[in-house]
Amino acid sequence: MVLDLLVPTAIVGGIGLLAGFGLSIASKKFEVKVDEKVGMVREVLPGANCGACGQTGCDAFAEAVVEGKCKPNGCPVGGQDVADKIGEILGVKAEAAEAKVARVMCSGTYQSCKTKYEYTGIEDCTAASALFGGPSACTYGCVGMGNCVRACPFNAIVIIDGLARIIESRCKACEMCVASCPKKIIKVVPKSNEYTVACSSKDKGAMVRKNCNVGCIGCAKCSKVCQHNAIEIQGTLAKINAKTCANCGECKGTCPTGAIKKFKCEV
Amino acid sequence: MNDASLMIIIISALLVKNFVLSQFLGICPFLGVSTKLSTALGMGCAVTFVMTIASFVTRLLYDGLLVTFGLEYLQTILFILVIAALVQLVEIILKKFVPPLYRALGIYLPLITTNCAVLGVALLNIDEGFNVLRSTVYGFAAGLGFTLALILFAGVRERLEYSNIPESFKGLPIALISAAFVSLAFFGFQGLLGI
Repeated sequence: MVLDLLVPTAIVGGIGLLAGFGLSIASKKFEVKVDEKVGMVREVLPGANCGACGQTGCDAFAEAVVEGKCKPNGCPVGGQDVADKIGEILGVKAEAAEAKVARVMCSGTYQSCKTKYEYTGIEDCTAASALFGGPSACTYGCVGMGNCVRACPFNAIVIIDGLARIIESRCKACEMCVASCPKKIIKVVPKSNEYTVACSSKDKGAMVRKNCNVGCIGCAKCSKVCQHNAIEIQGTLAKINAKTCANCGECKGTCPTGAIKKFKCEV
Repeated sequence: MNDASLMIIIISALLVKNFVLSQFLGICPFLGVSTKLSTALGMGCAVTFVMTIASFVTRLLYDGLLVTFGLEYLQTILFILVIAALVQLVEIILKKFVPPLYRALGIYLPLITTNCAVLGVALLNIDEGFNVLRSTVYGFAAGLGFTLALILFAGVRERLEYSNIPESFKGLPIALISAAFVSLAFFGFQGLLGI
């Protein structure tokens, strides 16, 4: 009777013990050496695996930083906070990382920009823009099918009235949306820069006017009114130089179409 | 079925009695890892490897230990133990030699431990009365069948990504419905070769 209990217990227990020993030997033999600093750096990283640093993910970035291939301030998502912590772990002083934010260089909503045709295909900006440059009359502007929304790891983009809008408090400037946009109209700019020309149309002024109410027509009024010489007309588009711009807002007041928009970051 | 030819065993495990699509074993990784073709292939290889080794080892243990002591009723708990240890071993080896695959499989690798397809193949080997060679072949073919199902379904799901699906069906609901259709298609193999 006792044997009936003991034998099964011994067999199952014995095999369990054997497997345990085998595994512990295997784990010693096939041990992967990991620098403990890698783990520490990995801990302080945001963990979004967005790839904005140029590595394949947070794990790869942590390894690269410890090996010295990346700078401690290489993570644009974590910003200064994370750079300081990494610097502390590695025992080096981190250089200042400039806070940046992504902005959509287009203002064309369903109301302000004319439509060429009604699009009923799949919800994808690349697919839509392959068809005569997209359903909107302006071939340079936002398609509004949400490629950037799906690419954003931080839920910082919403589409309202056919225009992608970036919630700046959530944006970490990881540039995932920049890569996903087939029109290449999302740009990463310094956060301190409040005014942006939100238009990317390379069409002539008259053409822009015909297609869209809020496009930049290259009239150069803004560059004349600017006291800091921060605005330059490049082709048919005004461009604000982030370094010399003093955020005075004169340009916004003078723009006849309202293409210059004020972005204020709520930090 | 011990006299069945190896070819019949392979076709049976691969198509007629496909573990996922006809016997509905291992549905969790089938739905979880089939979103991308590359990870589906990796997962399929890992499961095939574990199934082959598990069939071999469990068969040996059953014949050599359990039958000798008349403890056949211990088969389930013992097989779970052996499979868990094997999966751990595979994990350690993958981590050392194929880190990209290790990262791609992620949580699903330890989940092979509780994958009922692996336990299923071990128990079916006993039920069917296969010898050691046939058990091992059956385990390998079952793994291939699992891989086949995963790859087929990954292909279907990659196409689903670009389809215009009604809002309420997006994601898992449409995946489950498509899985049902793929499974129905596999029922066309029933009766093939008289198995």
